[in-house]
Amino acid sequence: MSANINKPRTYWQSVRSRLRRDPVTLTCAGIIIGIVLLSIFAPLIAPANPYDANMMKRLAPIGSPGYPLGADELGRDMLSRLIYGGRISLIMGLVPVFIALIIGASCGLVAGYVGGRTNMLIMRTMDIFYAFPSIMLAIAISGAIGAGIENGLLSLTLVFIPPITRVSETITVQIKSLDFIDAARASGASNSRIILSHIIVNALGPIFIYCTSLVSVSIIIASGLSFLGLGVSPPEADWGLMLSTLRQSIYVNPWVCALPGVMIFTTSLCFNLMSDGLRSAMDMKM
Amino acid sequence: MAKIDKSFVKVRNLKKYFQTGTQIPFLKKPPAVKAVENVSFDVFKGETLGVVGESGCGKSTVARLLIQLIKPDAGEIIIDGLAVEKRGGISTRDLRHRMQMVFQDSYATLNPRMPIEESIAFGPISNGKKPSEAMLESKHFMDQVGLDPNIYLHRYPHELSGGQRQRVNIARALAMGPEVIILDEAVSALDKSVEAQVLNLLTDLKSDLKLTYIFISHDLNVVKYISDKVMVMYLGEVVEYGTVEDVYNSPKHPYTEALLASQPSMDPSRKLKTVPITGDPPNPINPPSGCKFHTRCPKVTDLCRTVNPKLQSTDNVDHLTACHLASNVTEVDVLNAQKGLNS
Amino acid sequence: MFSYFIKRLLYALPIAIGVTVFVFSLVYMGGDPLDAVLPDDATAADVQEIKEIYGFDKPLPVQYIRWLGRAITGDFGTSIGTGLPVADELGRALVNTLILAICSALTGFPFAVFLGTLAGYNHGQRADKIVSGFAITGVSVPHYWLAIVMVIVFSVELNILPSLGMGPGGSEDWTLDWAHAKHLILPVIGGSIISMGIIARSMRAAVAEILNQEFVRALRSKGLSESRIAYHVMKNALPSILGVVGLEIGSLMGGSILIETIFSWPGAGFLLNEAIFRRDLPVLQGTILVLAMFFVILNLIVDISQTFVDKRIIRT
Repeated sequence: MSANINKPRTYWQSVRSRLRRDPVTLTCAGIIIGIVLLSIFAPLIAPANPYDANMMKRLAPIGSPGYPLGADELGRDMLSRLIYGGRISLIMGLVPVFIALIIGASCGLVAGYVGGRTNMLIMRTMDIFYAFPSIMLAIAISGAIGAGIENGLLSLTLVFIPPITRVSETITVQIKSLDFIDAARASGASNSRIILSHIIVNALGPIFIYCTSLVSVSIIIASGLSFLGLGVSPPEADWGLMLSTLRQSIYVNPWVCALPGVMIFTTSLCFNLMSDGLRSAMDMKM
Repeated sequence: MAKIDKSFVKVRNLKKYFQTGTQIPFLKKPPAVKAVENVSFDVFKGETLGVVGESGCGKSTVARLLIQLIKPDAGEIIIDGLAVEKRGGISTRDLRHRMQMVFQDSYATLNPRMPIEESIAFGPISNGKKPSEAMLESKHFMDQVGLDPNIYLHRYPHELSGGQRQRVNIARALAMGPEVIILDEAVSALDKSVEAQVLNLLTDLKSDLKLTYIFISHDLNVVKYISDKVMVMYLGEVVEYGTVEDVYNSPKHPYTEALLASQPSMDPSRKLKTVPITGDPPNPINPPSGCKFHTRCPKVTDLCRTVNPKLQSTDNVDHLTACHLASNVTEVDVLNAQKGLNS
Repeated sequence: MFSYFIKRLLYALPIAIGVTVFVFSLVYMGGDPLDAVLPDDATAADVQEIKEIYGFDKPLPVQYIRWLGRAITGDFGTSIGTGLPVADELGRALVNTLILAICSALTGFPFAVFLGTLAGYNHGQRADKIVSGFAITGVSVPHYWLAIVMVIVFSVELNILPSLGMGPGGSEDWTLDWAHAKHLILPVIGGSIISMGIIARSMRAAVAEILNQEFVRALRSKGLSESRIAYHVMKNALPSILGVVGLEIGSLMGGSILIETIFSWPGAGFLLNEAIFRRDLPVLQGTILVLAMFFVILNLIVDISQTFVDKRIIRT
């Protein structure tokens, strides 16, 4: 549409301009992008092969020649392993939340919009899973179905579906009670059209923000699963697993052992801060 | 009713109860709010029917029932001879091409993430019109309600003033090509000066497009200005119905009298003739027996406490009221009628 | 009020049943539950015999009802690993987990509530920024890593706090003295750090929001003292805080597995970890069932106490 003299700023334009003035959120986004790039281009960036063991260099301290961040209990280069480790940790952090977002948001939208018995059925089922603290649910499912990346992804996805469903349902019910939904119904729009053009547009922002805060939880729980031996199996480089195997060596070289945790912590902190920043940038009374 | 055949919108015995809470097995049923009970009225083509009453009297519920946003528990709505959602009648979908509604809160009724052009085109698109065509037409409707499309087409609701937003809402209603528009407190939230502009716009649109209005408001002055007929509601029931002149000049129901008396006036010589009613309306979950107004009525009699009066003609055939004192019917007649109903 | 209790109970019942169904089905999620216990060279006759002993030859609903019937009477079967009744092991372990959870809830949670209130009262000021910084660090930190770092600092480097077990010399008879309390410090901090962050954040948000409401301005303009106003603020914040605290006590129990593993704390989480390692499904099932039931009851208590504090909160 052209011929528009003073086109006003859309909602997303103002969100963007708010974010541009928020150094903390920008820094966190930068760090996350950095970690993502490191993981994607790990083979090009990592100085050494993360699986090359060298018994002579076992638990070499930080700053050893050729091993800038030291070496692990099998003498593998820590820096390279940390760079590679981001791959699985990020996948375990993002993929379950993303899949759970699709399933949970759909369930929540339907439950909230349709209401009545459908709502009862969906929400009461979710309540059953809500009866478990999230870490315990993940451990229970993973413990039952066994270790492995796929199983870890599955159990984490199952963990996040109920909370996302609940949040989506609450938001949908709120939006549904607004007059513009009645107005849309009065214009003869079908339910599916109302959900598509009125509910989703308004609900997706808040649901999305909520999900960004779950990414951090997902990373922490996923690494926790690896830590318990329920995630990936050795010799794979994964921050949680590295933390677990290095734990035996804290009396030999404590600070090298703490490094994988620093990565988990940084990533999770950045996602949390970014989520907070997005929330305040998107929380606009228009 | 005498002139049934001329009526364009005909409502008969409309009833709606809202259930509070959910029913738990073995526990007693939660009470229902009797929002609308036994409401009947007619609107003639090209007329404006004003609906007045205190908040909570069921005005807005009637509006929502009319346009089928909520389904009535009982009763009939007939538009142009076609019963809504009845065999051989008119479907809800088709009803919305003939009847539209403008809500009170101009902001809440617009999707905050939708440019107003899309908001106006939404109805027609939802009903199968090509989006490009509907968008084009929305310009025309903006012109019609006095908004410059060049300036406002791509704006978002929060960038408009209350009056402008309400114009958008009117344009949106017009986009469906209706014959009847329900205006539910449509100007109540606006500043007085803006209110006057929007009222003038409504009057112009009515004569240009031959519209019929059902105008719901708690503002008696506005209703008097815009309406041809007035309907007064109290606790979900119609207590008085008639032309503006009849109802405003010679109210038949004590409640109407009290409402008119409680109206503020700029004229210092006008003294209160009747004592304005005090207190709040009773709880609609548990309304009083007999005439629902008897708890606040200055003229209450024993009959009022036991028998609920029916809406019927006074000495003027077109002026109806539901009051024992105003009707020509005697107590014996009413009791006989009751017996007849019960047997 | 009474009908509300009944309503809540009726509402919790299907959830409790759902939880038992889920826990029961855990055993079947990983394929045939007998794979873990049978030797590779077991004959078909052996398999059949073991199936009959464990009742695996019956249809699933029958197995579920039997299992549920036993579980209700406190019989969770026999541990595949140790051959002891699961209930015995679990009972001891639960007490130890509760010690940890109660200590965390009594020390860390009030502190978090205090910090959150402080931040809420000083919204946007320096105190708020410091507390918020701590709180977001708390919710972001992998607590198992923090536990390891604390062990590195306080046990390995400084050698002032013990890093393993419940008491001196691996004693499992807990008493309240300094020697045992020393063993509690690191697990309590590690176990409650995330919950503290969440509680502080919720408290801050609740207090800031209440202070922003009209009624506080009305109280101020009436000339009420700040301490009286604080009473009203707390009264209004209480229901939401009760909700969060209840949820987090559950998380303490549920999240205990990682902390107990690191500190070799002989609790339910430690037991669960061992059960996972050995694929000791009866122990896994029993532990998760008891913890989940504990959580269901906790939720019920929280809901009802919220209603006691504020009569308007009646969930439908």
